Amino acid sequence: MIALLFRSGGWLFALLLAIIAAAEAEDSAFAVQMGIVALAALATLWITLSRTDFEVLAGRKPAPVETGYYDDVIRWGTIATLFWGVAGFAVGLYIALQLAFPMLNLGLEYTSFGRLRPLHTSAVIFAFGGNALIATSFWVVQRTCRARLAFPALARFVFWGYQLFIVLAATGYLLGITEGREYAEPEWYVDIWLTIVWVSYLAVFLGTIVRRAEPHIYVANWFYLAFIVTVAMLHLVNNLSMPVSIFGSKSYSAFAGVQDALTQWWYGHNAVGFFLTAGFLGMMYYFVPKQAERPVYSYRLSIVHFWSLIFLYIWAGPHHLHYTALPDWAQTLGMVFSVMLWMPSWGGMINGLMTLSGAWDKVRTDPIIRMMVLALAFYGMSTFEGPLMSIKAVNSLSHYTDWTIGHVHSGALGWVGMISFAAVYFMTPRLWGRSRLYSLRMINWHFWSATIGIVLYASSMWVAGIMQGLMWREYGADGYLVYAFSDVVAAMKPYYLIRAAGGVLYLLGALFMVWNIVQTIRGRLRDEAPLADAPYDPALDKPLQPVAA
Amino acid sequence: MASKFLDHGRIERNVTLLLILALITVSIGGIIEIAPLFWIDSTVEKVKGVRPYTPLELAGRNIYIREGCYNCHSQMIRPFRDEVERYGHYSLAAESMYDHPFQWGSKRTGPDLARVGGRYSDEWHVQHLVDPRSVVPESIMPTYAFLRERDLDVKHLDEHLAALRKVGVPYSKEDIDKAVEDALAQASPDADTSLLKARYPKAQARDFDGDPKRVTEMDALVAYLQMLGTLVDTRAAEPMEQAR
Repeated sequence: MIALLFRSGGWLFALLLAIIAAAEAEDSAFAVQMGIVALAALATLWITLSRTDFEVLAGRKPAPVETGYYDDVIRWGTIATLFWGVAGFAVGLYIALQLAFPMLNLGLEYTSFGRLRPLHTSAVIFAFGGNALIATSFWVVQRTCRARLAFPALARFVFWGYQLFIVLAATGYLLGITEGREYAEPEWYVDIWLTIVWVSYLAVFLGTIVRRAEPHIYVANWFYLAFIVTVAMLHLVNNLSMPVSIFGSKSYSAFAGVQDALTQWWYGHNAVGFFLTAGFLGMMYYFVPKQAERPVYSYRLSIVHFWSLIFLYIWAGPHHLHYTALPDWAQTLGMVFSVMLWMPSWGGMINGLMTLSGAWDKVRTDPIIRMMVLALAFYGMSTFEGPLMSIKAVNSLSHYTDWTIGHVHSGALGWVGMISFAAVYFMTPRLWGRSRLYSLRMINWHFWSATIGIVLYASSMWVAGIMQGLMWREYGADGYLVYAFSDVVAAMKPYYLIRAAGGVLYLLGALFMVWNIVQTIRGRLRDEAPLADAPYDPALDKPLQPVAA
Repeated sequence: MASKFLDHGRIERNVTLLLILALITVSIGGIIEIAPLFWIDSTVEKVKGVRPYTPLELAGRNIYIREGCYNCHSQMIRPFRDEVERYGHYSLAAESMYDHPFQWGSKRTGPDLARVGGRYSDEWHVQHLVDPRSVVPESIMPTYAFLRERDLDVKHLDEHLAALRKVGVPYSKEDIDKAVEDALAQASPDADTSLLKARYPKAQARDFDGDPKRVTEMDALVAYLQMLGTLVDTRAAEPMEQAR
């Protein structure tokens, strides 16, 4: 009873705070944001009260005993992953087309590239990637600890609180609310909210590990744990800022210039290192062995992989600031550690790929395994390309160009996307109690559509980026620069179109997936021929007859 | 991995130990790499001419951030021959020492803007922001015509300066008190701006957007663009660099 009072009282208090903040707002965008908060608080208050079983509270009925794994949050998280994935890919496609056809900016402030680009990056990294991480981490930690998820109510708060964070961040970008630093755009009050949600996430995850029935903590959980605590550290330090007013959206970063730049890229690169790598490696360490039905290739390698990866990644940030006003020693340090990072990255890839030893035939028959292999291959490619681009001489050409964009997308679409899709395909039939997915062949369509999309995307941006860098520095025989900046912009158009075509295919693949998952949840089974292995025919298994001379 | 030196089994059976060791491991890099920047003096060498933004320039800068200009424009010229010829003297650390946040950018979908100030006329900037393709046919920049129609919100500029002062920008009490007044004066053709220019050396005061009757967001953004890279006299530094 007291708990209910606290909870509903808390939401009522949050509702009142949001209404006051909306009424007192110094800028209209802040008022809109607080309106959204008020609606969320009201909805939660209503749900808290309507879902309470007052019979149980009054002691007239025993409280139901909860057993088994707590999977509600994972089901919601799976759906949210699909929803935000499609939304994020679609916005990405739209802004890709804006670069080829600038009239698509529509002349409206809300639909201009500058506001939509953070919407795209946050939607795919934090909304799609974040939901995939939350859902899979809750799945993995329960199964590998053989324990029910700790604090289910807090887990529900983590899920919905995280969705509120996404909605506030996304609507904020459209309204022009931003801190102006890539991937850390949400303003101070959204940052505070995310901190609360993130600490709750850590509590649920740690609580489940503490309650484990297995003596050892499985390797996937090390990666998830490192991802959660490191992201908390990065988020807290990088977002230190001074709000102009508690009733306004604007704040000023606590750091300036050089220090702000390095803090931001320490954050930014480790958003890649921990959000998009460590977390998804956690996914890899569970789902690849499960789907392949083989143990992880090397326990020893996973220990070396884990500690070296988390130690080295943190240092790599300065490679985003080569030849800038950042002190040279910091740039060099960043470069050296980025090159070293190649080793643990490939160690992880090898550990994942070699897990398939003895099960390589499944690449032919199991499209989920095929997706995982592709994800690991792209992980290997982009973690080779990254160290290459961090070398100062290479970076002098690649920096500021679309090569960087191509690099990011080979990692994001290839590694993060594919491993997440594979995990969703793995979990869905089990989460909804279906015998199998609606269609295995549709996974194949998804696979090929996405793969061709990535290839178009990455190759066009490689060519375009290198061309861009070379054109900028091209000197003629007369000793003058050959190209005006605008010439280079014009030269980019065909590549922007090819990239957009790649985006169409990747989005199309995701839509196949949505259809497949929706039908699976509805309990449908597609009537299709099974994906066949090459059948064994003893009659054909004999030495070839030598051809008569 | 159990060896004489390390029994990893102990770490993976104890979540507290795992958590603490992981936290230590991920802290080291940041502590060694970032923290010294805050106390090594040579990180930001003092340069003559750098000053905090005037309130109007600050308002313009906030519009620049709000519209996400940093997604396509860098403000960091690297010390390469082609960049220096294309954009001007390479950027100095001191030139962004009052930038909360920094806006160095990471991508040049459009050109670098670190020294765009004074390169084009106000009329060019207004025309370019209203319809980029009317002055640069190859441009793929969005249009920002709405900036010209919207009055600049100056009400809380003093609070903005006060917030910046709290994070280390040396605005005086007078700067803060006069923030709103200063902002309006800098964009009005007939205001007395001698005091403003005394407190903010090299501040440019005039009507920027071609509409002297109003102070619009266009005024603020153009005022910001026109001051970018103009504070430090890089030509005065050149002879010294040649001598070495």
